[in-house]
Amino acid sequence: MTIHDLPQGETKLAYDARRQRILDCIALKQPDRMPVALYGTFWLAKYGGITCKELMYDYEKTAAVAARAVEEFEPDAIAPFVQVTAAGKSLEAIGFKQLQWPGHGVGDNQPFQYLDREYMKADEYDDFLFDPTGYYLRTYLPRVASAFEGFEDLPIFPGLHYFRLVAGIRPFAKPSVRAALEKVIAAAEEVDRFVGHSIAFNEDMARKGYPLINGAIAVSPYDFIADYFRGATGMMKDLFRHKDKLLALLDKASEFLTRQTIATAKLSGQEIVMIPIHWAPDAFMSGKQFETFWWPPFRKMMMGMIEAGLVPMPLWEADCTKRLEIIRDIPAGKCIYWFERTDMVKAFEVLGDVVALRGNLSPSLMTTGKPEEVDAAVKHLVDNVWAKGGKLILDGAFGLPDETPIENVRAMFDAARRYAG
Amino acid sequence: MEMNAQEEALVKHLADMEEDEALEIAKRMLLEEGADPLRVLELCRTAMDVVGKRFEEGEYFLPELVLAGEMLDTIGAIAKPLIKQEEGGAAKKLGKVLIGTVHGDLHDIGKNIVTFMLDINGFEVKDIGVDVPVATFIDEIKAYEPDVVGLSGFLTLAFDSMKETIAAFDAAGMRNDFKIMIGGGQIDETVRAYTGADAFGVNAVEAVALCKSWTGAAA
Repeated sequence: MTIHDLPQGETKLAYDARRQRILDCIALKQPDRMPVALYGTFWLAKYGGITCKELMYDYEKTAAVAARAVEEFEPDAIAPFVQVTAAGKSLEAIGFKQLQWPGHGVGDNQPFQYLDREYMKADEYDDFLFDPTGYYLRTYLPRVASAFEGFEDLPIFPGLHYFRLVAGIRPFAKPSVRAALEKVIAAAEEVDRFVGHSIAFNEDMARKGYPLINGAIAVSPYDFIADYFRGATGMMKDLFRHKDKLLALLDKASEFLTRQTIATAKLSGQEIVMIPIHWAPDAFMSGKQFETFWWPPFRKMMMGMIEAGLVPMPLWEADCTKRLEIIRDIPAGKCIYWFERTDMVKAFEVLGDVVALRGNLSPSLMTTGKPEEVDAAVKHLVDNVWAKGGKLILDGAFGLPDETPIENVRAMFDAARRYAG
Repeated sequence: MEMNAQEEALVKHLADMEEDEALEIAKRMLLEEGADPLRVLELCRTAMDVVGKRFEEGEYFLPELVLAGEMLDTIGAIAKPLIKQEEGGAAKKLGKVLIGTVHGDLHDIGKNIVTFMLDINGFEVKDIGVDVPVATFIDEIKAYEPDVVGLSGFLTLAFDSMKETIAAFDAAGMRNDFKIMIGGGQIDETVRAYTGADAFGVNAVEAVALCKSWTGAAA
């Protein structure tokens, strides 16, 4: 059973109406009014008067604060708020090393921050390419999460056979491997509780009439390698030093990321897949580099997702104006393109007949502006995108910035209702 | 600058991102032919001028700056120990810039690129790292006496950190001793006005232009 089956009666009508607005936008049909999405992470802490640490560690408190925000603003689509915030206990249990989070490297009232490091060395491309699973188990996982420390001693599986297979499992008796397995099981139990709370929240919201818009999440092949393996500067050097191996790994990653995304999205019953995009911005690489390294493996991945009935929703961070013509090359009516700092009017002009759009009230406006300025910014988007036929889902540039005053959120929703239904 | 064929080749390979070829020539010149290390570093600077120009003109982007920085570091590491003390005499700098990521924010990629671009454009730059407390900025400024202070931040929380930091400069009576530029993913004119900075830049080229205009160097 997916959560879509859950609402009943009156709230089912509300749920269906809200969901239909999003589906209409995706299909490039005119909805009855401009949908508004509610997305945020640590903004909820400000809204609920709790610390960032509480938001990450207290499942019940987080769910209650998020539910209150949803019911106050009555958005057309929501984020899986527990899933995107309350990972603290799970991160701790797994000994996650790639992030610093409240109470764990940063202050109790600060957002989590990713640590850009070289998690895969330049000379490990061949290992990763030859046997991705083996590379994960014996090299990558122990580097990024302490619960896996000990997996270095696991056997090399490919090649095990017959009596060699029997003898080959001997490493599982090693104290290092046993200890790691125990830690991983304990961490998985915490993750199971975490996901249980997340599903319960999503179902509760569905029962109250609020559909999810980014229930599933994925990553582009380039960003996957740049952010989580090679690190920013390592990746940029690889464009020159390890071009062929990088292209081979991008191609392979495109394949396994597509398979994994389809499998997890199907399992959760969520067809809209949010894909935060970090490395596409105009300033980060040349047009030629973008068309050589970044776009082809991602386009292939999006096509695979579309074929499987999913709706890719890339969030194009920073300014991607120069990429608009290139990323237009996708079947019409199948995706939501969420823009952060790209001018939405320009995006609409280039992409309005191909994709639904999401965004993009600027972070500086939302955090430091006055409600009347937020109102004017919404009116600008309505007049120049929505009223001209753009299938816009209104939101902040990357949801609501953590520091957004409540009155500016109120202004965003009020203005949307006032000017666009 | 007058260059022989080998020197021209070094500059061209560096500017064209041909790392293997560039390093081979640099090593040959320094380690086999006994070339003047200061001359080799001067050639590197000439090549970096080309890289900077191509970046400004939109031909090169961050990857080229990163690789250029790496090649410069590699050659510098070989050349610098070979410099005889009396030959010294550092080149005259255009001005001093102190740069750091404000407190609460751990991001440094943009800051590092700005530091590199200022350096290859002739500024003396002191980078004091990430998550820098207000008091540290003040202590470092007192000791370093910069012409320009650069505040970097990627997260939206940096808006308030920058505002606090600049307010503290004011309170310490040093606000008029230097210019302040801010930069980072979400920085725009609204944030500049909010924080009280003198200017903001959206990329490293703008940072260089700001510093040049403030220090009276030809832009």
